Amino acid sequence: MVTDKPTTEVIWEWLDAVPDPEIPAISLTDLGIIRNVEWVGDTLEVTVTPTYSGCPATRIITLDIETALRDRGIEKLTLKTQLSPAWTTDWLTERGKERLEGYGIAPPQPAGGPQHCPLCKSSHVERISQFGSTPCKAQWRCQSCLEPFDYFKCI
Amino acid sequence: MSEPLFEFLCRMGDNTLVLGHRVSEWCGVAPVLEEDIALANTALDLIGQTTLWLNLAGEVEGKGRDADALAFRRDVWEFRNVLLVEQPNGDFGQTMMRQFLFDLWHKGMLTALQDSSHDQIAAIAEKSLKEVTYHLERTTDTVVGLGDGTDESHDRMQNALDRLYPFVGEMFVSDAIDTAMMAEGIAPDPADLRPAFDARLDEVLSDATLIRPTSDFAHKGGKSGQRHSEHLGHMLSQMQWLQRAYPDATW
Repeated sequence: MVTDKPTTEVIWEWLDAVPDPEIPAISLTDLGIIRNVEWVGDTLEVTVTPTYSGCPATRIITLDIETALRDRGIEKLTLKTQLSPAWTTDWLTERGKERLEGYGIAPPQPAGGPQHCPLCKSSHVERISQFGSTPCKAQWRCQSCLEPFDYFKCI
Repeated sequence: MSEPLFEFLCRMGDNTLVLGHRVSEWCGVAPVLEEDIALANTALDLIGQTTLWLNLAGEVEGKGRDADALAFRRDVWEFRNVLLVEQPNGDFGQTMMRQFLFDLWHKGMLTALQDSSHDQIAAIAEKSLKEVTYHLERTTDTVVGLGDGTDESHDRMQNALDRLYPFVGEMFVSDAIDTAMMAEGIAPDPADLRPAFDARLDEVLSDATLIRPTSDFAHKGGKSGQRHSEHLGHMLSQMQWLQRAYPDATW
Protein backbone atom coordinates (compact mmCIF):
# COMPACT_ATOMS: atom_id res chain seq x y z
CA MET A 1 0.00 0.00 0.00
CA VAL A 2 1.09 3.54 -0.65
CA THR A 3 0.93 4.39 3.03
CA ASP A 4 3.49 1.65 3.75
CA LYS A 5 6.20 3.31 1.71
CA PRO A 6 8.84 4.94 3.89
CA THR A 7 9.18 8.65 3.18
CA THR A 8 12.25 9.86 1.30
CA GLU A 9 13.38 11.57 4.54
CA VAL A 10 13.53 8.16 6.17
CA ILE A 11 15.42 6.72 3.18
CA TRP A 12 17.98 9.55 3.43
CA GLU A 13 18.47 8.66 7.10
CA TRP A 14 19.10 5.05 6.19
CA LEU A 15 21.62 6.04 3.52
CA ASP A 16 23.25 8.34 6.03
CA ALA A 17 24.21 5.23 7.99
CA VAL A 18 26.03 3.59 5.04
CA PRO A 19 29.80 4.16 5.34
CA ASP A 20 32.06 4.93 2.40
CA PRO A 21 33.84 1.62 1.66
CA GLU A 22 37.31 3.22 1.34
CA ILE A 23 36.95 5.87 4.05
CA PRO A 24 34.52 4.36 6.56
CA ALA A 25 34.76 7.45 8.81
CA ILE A 26 32.32 9.24 6.53
CA SER A 27 28.97 8.15 5.14
CA LEU A 28 27.78 8.14 1.55
CA THR A 29 25.65 11.20 2.23
CA ASP A 30 28.65 13.01 3.75
CA LEU A 31 30.50 12.34 0.51
CA GLY A 32 27.71 14.04 -1.42
CA ILE A 33 27.41 11.38 -4.10
CA ILE A 34 23.73 10.59 -3.53
CA ARG A 35 22.01 13.23 -5.61
CA ASN A 36 18.37 12.25 -5.39
CA VAL A 37 15.98 9.84 -3.73
CA GLU A 38 12.44 9.58 -5.01
CA TRP A 39 9.51 7.27 -5.41
CA VAL A 40 8.43 6.63 -8.99
CA GLY A 41 5.17 4.76 -8.50
CA ASP A 42 6.11 1.97 -6.12
CA THR A 43 9.76 1.87 -7.24
CA LEU A 44 12.41 3.70 -5.27
CA GLU A 45 14.86 5.55 -7.48
CA VAL A 46 18.26 6.51 -6.07
CA THR A 47 20.56 8.69 -8.18
CA VAL A 48 24.30 8.37 -7.57
CA THR A 49 27.16 10.43 -9.03
CA PRO A 50 30.60 8.78 -9.20
CA THR A 51 33.53 10.59 -7.56
CA TYR A 52 36.18 9.62 -10.14
CA SER A 53 35.31 7.84 -13.37
CA GLY A 54 37.63 4.93 -12.64
CA CYS A 55 37.17 4.72 -8.87
CA PRO A 56 36.87 1.00 -8.02
CA ALA A 57 34.83 1.90 -4.93
CA THR A 58 31.90 3.01 -7.13
CA ARG A 59 30.73 -0.55 -7.70
CA ILE A 60 31.00 -1.41 -4.01
CA ILE A 61 29.07 1.76 -3.19
CA THR A 62 26.11 0.82 -5.40
CA LEU A 63 26.20 -2.68 -3.91
CA ASP A 64 26.21 -1.22 -0.38
CA ILE A 65 23.27 1.06 -1.17
CA GLU A 66 21.33 -1.83 -2.57
CA THR A 67 22.08 -4.05 0.42
CA ALA A 68 21.20 -1.33 2.93
CA LEU A 69 17.84 -0.64 1.29
CA ARG A 70 16.94 -4.27 0.66
CA ASP A 71 17.71 -5.06 4.30
CA ARG A 72 15.13 -2.43 5.23
CA GLY A 73 12.53 -4.11 3.08
CA ILE A 74 12.74 -2.05 -0.11
CA GLU A 75 11.99 -4.49 -2.90
CA LYS A 76 11.63 -2.37 -6.01
CA LEU A 77 14.76 -0.35 -6.42
CA THR A 78 16.46 1.41 -9.33
CA LEU A 79 19.94 2.86 -9.05
CA LYS A 80 20.68 5.59 -11.56
CA THR A 81 24.15 6.87 -12.39
CA GLN A 82 24.34 10.56 -13.18
CA LEU A 83 27.52 12.10 -14.63
CA SER A 84 26.40 15.70 -14.96
CA PRO A 85 26.73 17.91 -12.98
CA ALA A 86 30.06 16.25 -12.21
CA TRP A 87 30.80 15.47 -8.58
CA THR A 88 32.72 18.14 -6.73
CA THR A 89 34.28 18.20 -3.28
CA ASP A 90 32.00 21.21 -2.61
CA TRP A 91 29.30 18.60 -2.03
CA LEU A 92 31.09 17.14 1.01
CA THR A 93 29.07 18.03 4.08
CA GLU A 94 30.58 20.08 6.91
CA ARG A 95 30.12 17.07 9.15
CA GLY A 96 31.93 14.97 6.54
CA LYS A 97 34.90 17.36 6.51
CA GLU A 98 35.13 17.27 10.31
CA ARG A 99 34.99 13.49 10.29
CA LEU A 100 37.73 13.31 7.65
CA GLU A 101 40.01 15.47 9.75
CA GLY A 102 39.26 13.41 12.84
CA TYR A 103 40.19 10.30 10.84
CA GLY A 104 43.57 11.82 9.86
CA ILE A 105 42.69 12.96 6.34
CA ALA A 106 42.97 16.70 5.67
CA PRO A 107 39.70 17.91 4.12
CA PRO A 108 39.71 19.69 0.72
CA GLN A 109 40.40 23.42 0.66
CA PRO A 110 39.63 25.86 -2.14
CA ALA A 111 43.27 27.01 -1.92
CA GLY A 112 44.29 23.62 -3.32
CA GLY A 113 46.23 22.30 -0.32
CA PRO A 114 45.53 21.35 3.27
CA GLN A 115 45.00 24.12 5.81
CA HIS A 116 47.03 22.29 8.41
CA CYS A 117 48.30 18.87 9.48
CA PRO A 118 45.28 16.84 10.59
CA LEU A 119 47.36 15.35 13.42
CA CYS A 120 49.31 18.20 15.07
CA LYS A 121 47.51 21.14 13.34
CA SER A 122 50.77 22.75 12.23
CA SER A 123 50.42 24.82 9.06
CA HIS A 124 53.94 23.87 7.90
CA VAL A 125 53.02 21.21 5.39
CA GLU A 126 54.46 20.11 2.03
CA ARG A 127 53.19 18.05 -0.84
CA ILE A 128 54.85 14.70 -1.50
CA SER A 129 52.71 13.62 -4.44
CA GLN A 130 49.65 14.87 -6.28
CA PHE A 131 48.18 11.39 -5.99
CA GLY A 132 47.60 9.07 -3.06
CA SER A 133 46.17 5.78 -1.88
CA THR A 134 42.81 6.35 -3.60
CA PRO A 135 41.87 8.52 -6.63
CA CYS A 136 40.37 11.18 -4.34
CA LYS A 137 43.50 11.76 -2.26
CA ALA A 138 47.01 13.25 -2.48
CA GLN A 139 50.02 12.69 -0.24
CA TRP A 140 51.31 15.45 2.00
CA ARG A 141 53.75 15.63 4.89
CA CYS A 142 53.84 17.75 8.02
CA GLN A 143 57.15 19.57 8.45
CA SER A 144 56.54 20.00 12.18
CA CYS A 145 55.58 16.52 13.36
CA LEU A 146 57.10 14.92 10.22
CA GLU A 147 54.12 12.60 9.77
CA PRO A 148 52.90 11.92 6.24
CA PHE A 149 49.14 12.28 5.76
CA ASP A 150 46.42 12.04 3.13
CA TYR A 151 44.81 15.17 1.73
CA PHE A 152 41.37 14.91 0.13
CA LYS A 153 41.89 16.54 -3.29
CA CYS A 154 39.72 19.48 -4.20
CA ILE A 155 37.90 18.98 -7.48
CA MET B 1 24.46 8.99 -38.99
CA SER B 2 25.25 6.49 -36.27
CA GLU B 3 28.37 5.21 -38.01
CA PRO B 4 30.49 8.39 -37.82
CA LEU B 5 29.29 8.87 -34.24
CA PHE B 6 30.40 5.33 -33.39
CA GLU B 7 33.79 6.03 -35.00
CA PHE B 8 34.16 9.27 -33.08
CA LEU B 9 33.33 7.61 -29.75
CA CYS B 10 35.83 4.81 -30.49
CA ARG B 11 38.48 7.45 -31.13
CA MET B 12 37.87 9.04 -27.75
CA GLY B 13 37.65 5.71 -25.94
CA ASP B 14 40.58 4.07 -27.71
CA ASN B 15 42.85 7.01 -26.92
CA THR B 16 42.15 6.69 -23.21
CA LEU B 17 42.20 2.88 -23.31
CA VAL B 18 45.54 2.52 -25.06
CA LEU B 19 47.22 5.28 -23.06
CA GLY B 20 45.66 3.97 -19.84
CA HIS B 21 47.08 0.52 -20.53
CA ARG B 22 50.50 1.90 -21.45
CA VAL B 23 50.67 3.99 -18.28
CA SER B 24 49.58 1.03 -16.15
CA GLU B 25 52.65 -0.86 -17.42
CA TRP B 26 54.60 1.29 -14.93
CA CYS B 27 52.71 -0.15 -11.98
CA GLY B 28 55.29 -1.55 -9.57
CA VAL B 29 58.35 -0.43 -11.55
CA ALA B 30 58.22 3.39 -11.50
CA PRO B 31 61.35 5.27 -10.32
CA VAL B 32 59.90 6.13 -6.89
CA LEU B 33 56.85 5.03 -4.95
CA GLU B 34 55.02 8.37 -5.26
CA GLU B 35 55.39 8.38 -9.03
CA ASP B 36 54.29 4.75 -9.16
CA ILE B 37 51.08 5.67 -7.35
CA ALA B 38 50.56 8.77 -9.48
CA LEU B 39 50.98 6.80 -12.71
CA ALA B 40 48.60 4.07 -11.53
CA ASN B 41 46.03 6.72 -10.56
CA THR B 42 46.35 8.41 -13.94
CA ALA B 43 45.87 5.06 -15.66
CA LEU B 44 42.83 4.39 -13.51
CA ASP B 45 41.21 7.68 -14.50
CA LEU B 46 41.87 6.96 -18.17
CA ILE B 47 40.44 3.44 -17.96
CA GLY B 48 37.39 4.84 -16.14
CA GLN B 49 36.86 7.35 -18.94
CA THR B 50 37.30 4.54 -21.46
CA THR B 51 34.40 2.66 -19.90
CA LEU B 52 32.16 5.71 -20.33
CA TRP B 53 33.18 6.34 -23.96
CA LEU B 54 33.13 2.74 -25.16
CA ASN B 55 29.86 1.85 -23.41
CA LEU B 56 28.28 4.79 -25.21
CA ALA B 57 29.92 3.66 -28.47
CA GLY B 58 28.42 0.20 -28.02
CA GLU B 59 25.02 1.72 -27.28
CA VAL B 60 25.18 3.89 -30.41
CA GLU B 61 26.30 0.94 -32.51
CA GLY B 62 23.32 -1.12 -31.33
CA LYS B 63 24.89 -4.53 -31.82
CA GLY B 64 24.98 -5.48 -28.17
CA ARG B 65 28.68 -4.74 -27.64
CA ASP B 66 29.69 -3.08 -24.39
CA ALA B 67 32.98 -1.44 -23.36
CA ASP B 68 34.58 -4.80 -22.52
CA ALA B 69 33.63 -6.34 -25.86
CA LEU B 70 35.04 -3.34 -27.70
CA ALA B 71 38.23 -3.23 -25.63
CA PHE B 72 39.05 -6.91 -25.67
CA ARG B 73 37.59 -8.30 -28.88
CA ARG B 74 38.77 -5.96 -31.57
CA ASP B 75 42.08 -6.31 -33.37
CA VAL B 76 44.65 -3.67 -34.28
CA TRP B 77 42.95 -2.41 -37.46
CA GLU B 78 39.71 -1.72 -35.59
CA PHE B 79 41.39 0.57 -33.07
CA ARG B 80 40.98 4.32 -33.59
CA ASN B 81 43.51 5.82 -31.18
CA VAL B 82 46.12 8.30 -32.32
CA LEU B 83 49.63 6.88 -32.84
CA LEU B 84 51.07 8.98 -30.00
CA VAL B 85 49.38 6.98 -27.24
CA GLU B 86 50.49 3.55 -28.48
CA GLN B 87 54.19 4.50 -28.49
CA PRO B 88 56.21 2.50 -25.96
CA ASN B 89 56.86 3.99 -22.54
CA GLY B 90 60.62 4.41 -23.03
CA ASP B 91 62.17 5.91 -19.92
CA PHE B 92 60.20 7.83 -17.30
CA GLY B 93 60.88 11.13 -19.09
CA GLN B 94 59.50 9.81 -22.37
CA THR B 95 56.38 8.55 -20.61
CA MET B 96 55.83 11.94 -19.00
CA MET B 97 56.45 13.82 -22.26
CA ARG B 98 53.94 11.59 -24.08
CA GLN B 99 51.43 12.15 -21.28
CA PHE B 100 51.98 15.91 -21.31
CA LEU B 101 51.46 16.19 -25.08
CA PHE B 102 48.33 14.07 -24.87
CA ASP B 103 46.95 15.85 -21.75
CA LEU B 104 47.35 19.23 -23.42
CA TRP B 105 45.34 18.08 -26.47
CA HIS B 106 42.88 16.14 -24.31
CA LYS B 107 42.06 19.12 -22.12
CA GLY B 108 41.35 21.32 -25.14
CA MET B 109 39.19 18.62 -26.71
CA LEU B 110 37.18 17.91 -23.55
CA THR B 111 36.67 21.61 -22.88
CA ALA B 112 35.09 21.96 -26.33
CA LEU B 113 33.07 18.75 -25.93
CA GLN B 114 31.39 20.12 -22.81
CA ASP B 115 29.28 22.18 -25.23
CA SER B 116 28.45 19.19 -27.44
CA SER B 117 24.91 18.99 -28.80
CA HIS B 118 24.96 15.35 -27.62
CA ASP B 119 24.01 15.34 -23.91
CA GLN B 120 25.83 12.14 -22.97
CA ILE B 121 29.03 13.27 -24.68
CA ALA B 122 28.85 16.62 -22.90
CA ALA B 123 28.37 14.82 -19.56
CA ILE B 124 31.34 12.47 -20.09
CA ALA B 125 33.48 15.44 -21.13
CA GLU B 126 32.46 17.42 -18.03
CA LYS B 127 33.34 14.47 -15.77
CA SER B 128 36.63 13.66 -17.54
CA LEU B 129 37.78 17.26 -17.74
CA LYS B 130 38.18 17.53 -13.97
CA GLU B 131 40.49 14.53 -13.95
CA VAL B 132 42.42 15.60 -17.03
CA THR B 133 42.97 19.13 -15.70
CA TYR B 134 44.68 17.49 -12.74
CA HIS B 135 46.75 15.23 -15.01
CA LEU B 136 47.92 18.21 -17.05
CA GLU B 137 48.93 20.14 -13.93
CA ARG B 138 51.17 17.27 -12.89
CA THR B 139 52.69 16.55 -16.31
CA THR B 140 53.38 20.25 -16.90
CA ASP B 141 55.25 20.44 -13.57
CA THR B 142 57.17 17.27 -14.36
CA VAL B 143 58.16 18.33 -17.88
CA VAL B 144 59.41 21.66 -16.54
CA GLY B 145 61.13 20.03 -13.55
CA LEU B 146 62.97 17.45 -15.63
CA GLY B 147 63.60 19.69 -18.64
CA ASP B 148 65.05 22.47 -16.50
CA GLY B 149 66.75 19.93 -14.24
CA THR B 150 70.14 18.25 -14.48
CA ASP B 151 72.07 17.87 -17.74
CA GLU B 152 71.04 14.23 -17.79
CA SER B 153 67.31 14.87 -17.25
CA HIS B 154 67.35 17.78 -19.71
CA ASP B 155 68.90 15.66 -22.45
CA ARG B 156 66.46 12.85 -21.88
CA MET B 157 63.49 15.21 -22.07
CA GLN B 158 64.80 16.82 -25.26
CA ASN B 159 65.26 13.34 -26.76
CA ALA B 160 61.73 12.40 -25.70
CA LEU B 161 60.33 15.55 -27.30
CA ASP B 162 62.28 14.99 -30.54
CA ARG B 163 61.05 11.43 -30.67
CA LEU B 164 57.38 12.14 -29.89
CA TYR B 165 56.82 15.46 -31.62
CA PRO B 166 56.18 13.83 -35.05
CA PHE B 167 53.12 12.21 -33.45
CA VAL B 168 51.58 15.52 -32.34
CA GLY B 169 50.20 16.56 -35.74
CA GLU B 170 47.80 13.62 -36.03
CA MET B 171 45.75 14.85 -33.07
CA PHE B 172 44.78 17.95 -35.06
CA VAL B 173 44.06 16.44 -38.46
CA SER B 174 40.41 16.72 -39.58
CA ASP B 175 38.78 14.06 -41.73
CA ALA B 176 35.27 13.08 -42.89
CA ILE B 177 34.29 11.78 -39.43
CA ASP B 178 35.22 15.12 -37.87
CA THR B 179 33.28 16.98 -40.56
CA ALA B 180 30.22 14.89 -39.78
CA MET B 181 30.61 15.59 -36.05
CA MET B 182 31.02 19.32 -36.66
CA ALA B 183 27.92 19.41 -38.86
CA GLU B 184 25.82 18.10 -35.99
CA GLY B 185 27.46 20.26 -33.35
CA ILE B 186 28.69 17.12 -31.61
CA ALA B 187 32.43 17.81 -31.65
CA PRO B 188 34.81 20.61 -32.64
CA ASP B 189 37.10 20.71 -35.65
CA PRO B 190 40.38 19.29 -34.27
CA ALA B 191 42.29 21.83 -36.34
CA ASP B 192 40.68 24.63 -34.33
CA LEU B 193 42.28 23.29 -31.16
CA ARG B 194 45.81 23.71 -32.52
CA PRO B 195 46.52 27.43 -31.89
CA ALA B 196 45.78 27.21 -28.15
CA PHE B 197 47.78 23.98 -27.95
CA ASP B 198 50.76 25.56 -29.68
CA ALA B 199 50.69 28.67 -27.53
CA ARG B 200 50.68 26.69 -24.29
CA LEU B 201 53.24 24.20 -25.59
CA ASP B 202 55.65 27.03 -26.36
CA GLU B 203 55.24 28.48 -22.86
CA VAL B 204 55.86 25.16 -21.14
CA LEU B 205 58.81 24.22 -23.36
CA SER B 206 60.35 27.61 -22.74
CA ASP B 207 60.03 27.10 -18.96
CA ALA B 208 61.48 23.63 -19.42
CA THR B 209 64.44 24.99 -21.48
CA LEU B 210 63.50 22.57 -24.25
CA ILE B 211 63.57 23.28 -27.98
CA ARG B 212 60.57 22.50 -30.12
CA PRO B 213 61.46 20.60 -33.31
CA THR B 214 61.09 22.75 -36.40
CA SER B 215 59.71 20.10 -38.73
CA ASP B 216 55.94 19.76 -38.76
CA PHE B 217 56.10 16.28 -40.28
CA ALA B 218 53.34 14.14 -38.76
CA HIS B 219 52.92 10.37 -38.67
CA LYS B 220 49.29 9.50 -39.36
CA GLY B 221 47.08 6.45 -39.61
CA GLY B 222 46.06 5.75 -36.01
CA LYS B 223 42.79 7.64 -35.68
CA SER B 224 41.69 6.48 -39.14
CA GLY B 225 42.83 2.94 -38.29
CA GLN B 226 44.65 2.68 -41.63
CA ARG B 227 48.17 2.23 -40.31
CA HIS B 228 48.91 1.68 -36.66
CA SER B 229 52.51 1.32 -35.57
CA GLU B 230 53.86 -2.14 -34.83
CA HIS B 231 53.70 -1.42 -31.10
CA LEU B 232 49.91 -1.57 -30.81
CA GLY B 233 49.72 -5.24 -31.80
CA HIS B 234 52.27 -6.21 -29.17
CA MET B 235 50.38 -4.22 -26.57
CA LEU B 236 47.04 -5.80 -27.46
CA SER B 237 48.48 -9.30 -27.39
CA GLN B 238 49.26 -8.70 -23.74
CA MET B 239 46.13 -6.71 -22.89
CA GLN B 240 43.68 -9.09 -24.57
CA TRP B 241 45.18 -12.54 -24.09
CA LEU B 242 42.99 -13.62 -21.20
CA GLN B 243 39.70 -12.67 -22.86
CA ARG B 244 40.86 -14.28 -26.10
CA ALA B 245 42.01 -17.50 -24.42
CA TYR B 246 38.97 -17.70 -22.15
CA PRO B 247 36.08 -15.76 -23.74
CA ASP B 248 33.51 -14.53 -21.19
CA ALA B 249 35.73 -15.60 -18.28
CA THR B 250 34.48 -14.31 -14.93
CA TRP B 251 35.79 -14.65 -11.41
